[in-house]
Amino acid sequence: MSTNINYGDTAWILISTALVMLMTAPGLAFFYGGLVRRKNVLSTMMQSFFLLCMISIQWILFGYSLAFGPDIGGFIGNLSWIGLKGVGMLPNPDYAASIPHQLFMVYQMMFAVITPALITGAFAERIKFSTFVVFSLLWATLVYDPVAHWVWGMGGWLRTMGALDFAGGTVVHVSSGISALVFALMIGKRKGYPDNVIPPHNMTFTLLGASLLWFGWFGFNAGSALGANELAVSAFIATNTAAAAAALTWIIIEWIIAGKPTVLGGATGAVAGLVAITPSAGFVTPISAIFIGILVGLVCYTSVVVIKQKFKYDDSLDAFGVHGVGGTLGALLTGLFAQKIVNAAGNNGLLFGNPSQLKIQFIGVIATIGYSVTVTYILLKILDKIMGLRVEEKDEMMGLDNTQHKESAYTLID
Amino acid sequence: MKMVIAIIQPEKLPDVKKALFDAEIHKMTVSNVIGCGQQKGYKETYRGAISEVTLLKKVRIDIAVNDSFVKPTVDAIIKGARTGKIGDGKIFVQDLPECIRIRTGEEGSEAIG
Repeated sequence: MSTNINYGDTAWILISTALVMLMTAPGLAFFYGGLVRRKNVLSTMMQSFFLLCMISIQWILFGYSLAFGPDIGGFIGNLSWIGLKGVGMLPNPDYAASIPHQLFMVYQMMFAVITPALITGAFAERIKFSTFVVFSLLWATLVYDPVAHWVWGMGGWLRTMGALDFAGGTVVHVSSGISALVFALMIGKRKGYPDNVIPPHNMTFTLLGASLLWFGWFGFNAGSALGANELAVSAFIATNTAAAAAALTWIIIEWIIAGKPTVLGGATGAVAGLVAITPSAGFVTPISAIFIGILVGLVCYTSVVVIKQKFKYDDSLDAFGVHGVGGTLGALLTGLFAQKIVNAAGNNGLLFGNPSQLKIQFIGVIATIGYSVTVTYILLKILDKIMGLRVEEKDEMMGLDNTQHKESAYTLID
Repeated sequence: MKMVIAIIQPEKLPDVKKALFDAEIHKMTVSNVIGCGQQKGYKETYRGAISEVTLLKKVRIDIAVNDSFVKPTVDAIIKGARTGKIGDGKIFVQDLPECIRIRTGEEGSEAIG
């Protein structure tokens, strides 16, 4: 065993890995599951749970190698780490010098799991399960793995350029959020939307899921310090602060505009705050985190409540409205609020005398959006021809739990 | 006075409600029920055990009306609920001997309207 391994760091990243796992199932599963109708709750939860299983295997077999393996032209990793060949217990100093390389690998696995799961919010209640499986595997391989390499992989072009993305604002939230919008537009609206409002069937699930996401996000952001150290503490506080500020902002806006503070508004605001602080969690002070939370509360409220209602696209559970918009804003705000006194390995943002950082952040976001939209569009065009994207109308009416899984979540009479 | 009882597909409820409101019928009671008619059931599996579901989820609407409102009510329900396929449901019209509004004690036609 190498003497370079720090067992305090190792313990914290093991815990963080488990925390990020918890974000997908049960966190996201309950958050999304509560938002759909009774007849679709199992199918929605199944999508998150299934991805936990499928991407776990994909990542071991070839996903990790594509994202973090030896660089090919700044674009993608090569296949020399296929099946974790050469990825052992010795630390890899390029990524994390004080923990076993396999621990870094499995920590990153949980990020690869949750990212396609975020997209499921866009096509809820009408997707064919088989198409969802094939799409998710291809998307994880052709979109997530390359984009993760650009930003985090040794030799990745955005990393080399100096783009700051502490815990995955661009890699996780922008890529999935914008792909979610493409998916929502291409699969079409749910039957009855938007004329008949489709109310969430269990808001207690949604609040439970949002709170579990918040809890798991400490592993996502503070864990991204890759050590049990001062940077982890700083990221932990920034994360909690932004979530609280964004939730408060959303609740207050609703209270003023719609007359009542709502639970769903609070839950949505908190998730938006967590999304926005993700890229900057390790680079900003707590006071900056408050500003980031307030700004994302305002912007995501506008995108979900005003813009979506105006254009009437059916981003059913607001995967784009929260993750795409919040992630983009967060990546750009990193270029404003980042400070070297918080993290010497980072850089200063526009507000602290380095305007070029904002430009680099902008390039990172645009490249991620452009690439994700293109690949998602092509994938969906092909899958639509071969498999079809959505279930038949009668299956949609009957519900996906029954038609895709032969189960029902609730009985009326035992 | 008549009691109109309709059993419809759950997903047609918004359409039926809209058709009733358009016909200026605003008073109704709606409940979740399960039952079986001509529509065949379906199967569910739980850890390999197959469970035959023959009672399907339906929505029941109860509307008490004065005689002159029976036809508009029935027409509105059909307009909202009909797809032409098995499973669209049924409408029952029964005589209603009495109706009392609790708040005022009014009886009969006045209590219904």
